[in-house]
Formats: sequence, structure tokens, C-alpha cells
Amino acid sequence: MNKSLKEVEEDIIEEFAEFDEWLDKYEYIIDLGKSLASYPEDKKTDEYLIKGCQSRVWLDAKMENGVLVFNADSDAIITKGIISLLIRIYSGRTPEEILSSDFSVVEKIGLKENLSPTRANGLVSMIQTMKKLASENC
Amino acid sequence: MTIQDIRKQFPALSAEVYGRQLVYFDNAATSQRLDTVLKMQDEWARTANANIHRAVHHLADQATEHYETAREAVREFIGAESTSEIIFTSGTTASINLVAYSFCEAFVGEGDNVIVSAAEHHSNLVPWQQHCLRKSAQLRFIPVLDDGRLDIKALDKLIDDRTKILAVTQVSNVLGIVNPIDEIVRICHSKGVPVLVDGAQGIVHCGIDVRKTDCDFYAFSGHKMYAATGTGVLYGKKEYLEKMPPFLFGGEMVGNVSLEQTTFAPLPMKFEAGTQNFIGQTSFIQAIEFMRSLEDEELAAECRAVEQAMRNILTENPRIRLYGTAEPKIPVFSFSVDGLHHEDLALLLDKMGVAVRSGQMCAEPLMDRFGVTGMLRVSLAPYNTLEEVEIFGKALEKAMDMLS
Repeated sequence: MNKSLKEVEEDIIEEFAEFDEWLDKYEYIIDLGKSLASYPEDKKTDEYLIKGCQSRVWLDAKMENGVLVFNADSDAIITKGIISLLIRIYSGRTPEEILSSDFSVVEKIGLKENLSPTRANGLVSMIQTMKKLASENC
Repeated sequence: MTIQDIRKQFPALSAEVYGRQLVYFDNAATSQRLDTVLKMQDEWARTANANIHRAVHHLADQATEHYETAREAVREFIGAESTSEIIFTSGTTASINLVAYSFCEAFVGEGDNVIVSAAEHHSNLVPWQQHCLRKSAQLRFIPVLDDGRLDIKALDKLIDDRTKILAVTQVSNVLGIVNPIDEIVRICHSKGVPVLVDGAQGIVHCGIDVRKTDCDFYAFSGHKMYAATGTGVLYGKKEYLEKMPPFLFGGEMVGNVSLEQTTFAPLPMKFEAGTQNFIGQTSFIQAIEFMRSLEDEELAAECRAVEQAMRNILTENPRIRLYGTAEPKIPVFSFSVDGLHHEDLALLLDKMGVAVRSGQMCAEPLMDRFGVTGMLRVSLAPYNTLEEVEIFGKALEKAMDMLS
């Protein structure tokens, strides 16, 4: 049986608890970023772009058979790594299940600085967009 | 005097980040604050806190005296003729907004034009852009050459008889290149065009003599020159300031007020509406005293060595592209690394205790000019050491390895 959203969140928190060193954690995130499933080039347009002062994030979201499917990309590799975690948690879930999450997993795995509210942080906007889509489709 | 003597005067430099000694290379965004400034702020908030220019009681007198002493210190520091030409503001952005609004209100109409450079900080671009839109005036741009210099030759064609003012930065906050403002002022004045100089970076590394340069307006902040944040100065020639309407109304900027009309206070109070950041502004006294103490041969030589070491790191690696290669240049270095994103590099440098700036650096048009979405910037202050540059060099190498 597929794992629930909560279970995947817990898995990720557990995986990250094993890193004592920031270096190992970031190397893992960078690897995740490099192995993120390819995002279609024709969807790297302004329509999908969440523009930030730092990295750019493209997000393609659609409802399919009652669940929200997210596909995303970034020009920065660390952001891409975090995107891959967010997709693992939230993609393929019902809007209700998505809204039941408190979206604190990024903080819980010690990557809070990646969500700093600098001007239009791409990741912060991505999370907000995901929440908004979930509540619109509820 | 040595760099170590300077470091001792900045308590924040001993901060640790992620258990490592902080290496602070984001000085062009804000410098650290002097110990003398921190102590003054604390002491005066405790013992002499009273609003200025209003009451007759003892504390108010003292506070007013401190504030006006700071105004005189600033006047002397930038070589202005009179303290009535020194207006305290909350910073460079506020200073420029004041001029952009009030000058355009008095002198710019439909069909006129204003000139800025394409290398301006947003704070010296957006106010002009918006007020030109408001006045149906045209905004024109001095182009930026590949090496980061401004194409001054273009001024001949840009200036015409409808040009009302030119606004340009003394030093680019991204490229660190010192613009030939004396020459720009000369060219503009020969055609009757006044000049505003954005001195946010320039005041820190080059200083200014407003009478020698003969600029008509000069704007700068305290927080980049070791003073308190929320402090700033607008210098303006009396002949313009007197003809410009007030920007903000209220407080002690008035002469007489009736229910129907108001006359305004003389300069500089006419432009200082509301309660001022009176303790903060006073910190210009300590900051100026400190900046004077930097005129020391031994220290200058040591700082040059630190700067050269940084330059070597950023020019010896073929993967690193340094922007703004022309001279003269202050120790503000913006760069990118082939194939790597500025945000990734900045995040990893941060984890290694090194604070740098990354992104568009409030100069989006300049990023477009160089065809990038952002850059990394290291900006040095006289308290940065050779050892810190070495830590940065190793951290950058490590970050590049991790991301490649």
C-alpha cells in the first residue's frame, strides 16, 4: 500500500536525522537536485515561472483523477533538491490530504534558511501556490 | 594602526554562525556598527531621550544640540557651505525620493527629460522612472560599457534643451567602479543641467567634497559607513532646495499654520517633517571621527594587500567571471561561476560562515545588461583580514566542488 503523506514526511525527517554534518546533508540535497525527474523545456515559460530574487522555480500543477500532480524545476540545484522532497511528499495527494499538512518539513530537516523571506523566495512561493491550488480544488 | 585595531571597534565581528567564526563580506549592503555608535545610542536613549526642536526643557535642549552637532559634522565632512544644505533623512533612498518628487514637482513638465545611468541601484532609478511617468517626461539612460564604465561620450547626444536633471551613482553598488562624477558634472553644467550624485557606496570609499565636485545634490546613508541604520543625508544646493516644495508635511517643518494654509520653515527643517531619528543621526559624529582615523598609511597598505588577495582569488580561476574590470574600483567584487547558480554558492558559503550577497543586488537592469539572472558579491571593509579572504577562497573552492 502507498504511504500516506504523513508517513512520507516522517520518512524524510528520519532520513535527514542521520546526517551529523551539514556537508553530508547538503551533498544529499544536491544529489536529489541532480536526479530530479526532467521537467519539460516547453513548460519553462513565464506562465509556469515563480520568479524570485535568487533562484527561479517553474511549477506545473494539475488535477488528475482527484489528486494534485506537481512537476517542478529550478535553475538552482539546492532549490531543486528541496523541490524533489516537496514533490515526493505532496504530488499525487488529494487536496484534503495536502491541506492537512503543516508544511513544516523543510524546517524540521534543518533547511529553514532556504525558506528565508527574502524578496520573492521561489520555494516559499511554490509552497504557497501548492497550498492555494489544494484549497481551490477542495 | 592595523586592521586588528579596527576590528576591535566592531563588536558584531566576533559573532559565530553555525559554530564558525563569522566572515562578513556583505559590507556594501550594510557595514557593521561601531562600538562608539552602539554605546552612544544606548547612553543617550537612557539619559538624554527627548524630541528635538520643540520643547524648552533641558533634555530637549541637549538632544537638539547633539543632533545639530551631527549636522555640522556632516557639513564639514562633505565640504558643504552651510548646514542649511544638510537635510537628514532615513537613508539614501529617502534622500533620492525627496529630490525626485520635489525637483520634478518644481522643474519637470510634460515633454522634458531626466537622465540616469543604466547601472543605477533601483533606488536611483525607480523614483525617477515613476516621477517621469507622473509628469509625462522621458527617462534617458547613459549606457554601460563591457568593462563596467559608463559611456560618458553618449552624454552629448542624451542631453538636450529639455533635460532637467541627471542622476548618477558615484560608485556602482554592483561593479564597484568609480564613475568620473567631476567630469559628468562639468559636462552637465556646461549645458545648464544640475546633477544628483548617489553617494551610498562612494561616501564610504572615496568621500566627497561637494563644492569641489560641484554636484547639486548628494545622497548617502549612515548604515553603510559604520553609523546607525535608518540614518541618511541629502545635501542640496540652496538655490534648488529653496525652490523645491516640501516632500512630507507635518511636525516642525512649518512656519505658521492656520486651518486654511501653512507657511514652511526655512532650510533644512522644511524637509524634515515629523519626528526625526535624532539619536541615530547623531551617530554620524562617531562614524565621521572613525572614517577620519582610517587615513593611515600602515592601515591603507594592509587593506590594499587584503584587496589584492581577494582580486587574485576572483581572477585566477578561469571558471570565475568578474564583472566590472575597469579602474578605479573600490573593493566591491561581483562575479559568477560558470555553470553554477549564485544562490547555491551563497547558501554553501553561508554554511561555512561566509556572508556574501547574491541575487540581483537591487540592480535588475544591470543584471540584464550582463546577461545574468544574478551575481555573487563580496564587498570589503577596513576590518576584513587576509585570513578571512583565505577562508573565503577555500570555502568558494569547496562550494564549487560540491556543486560541480
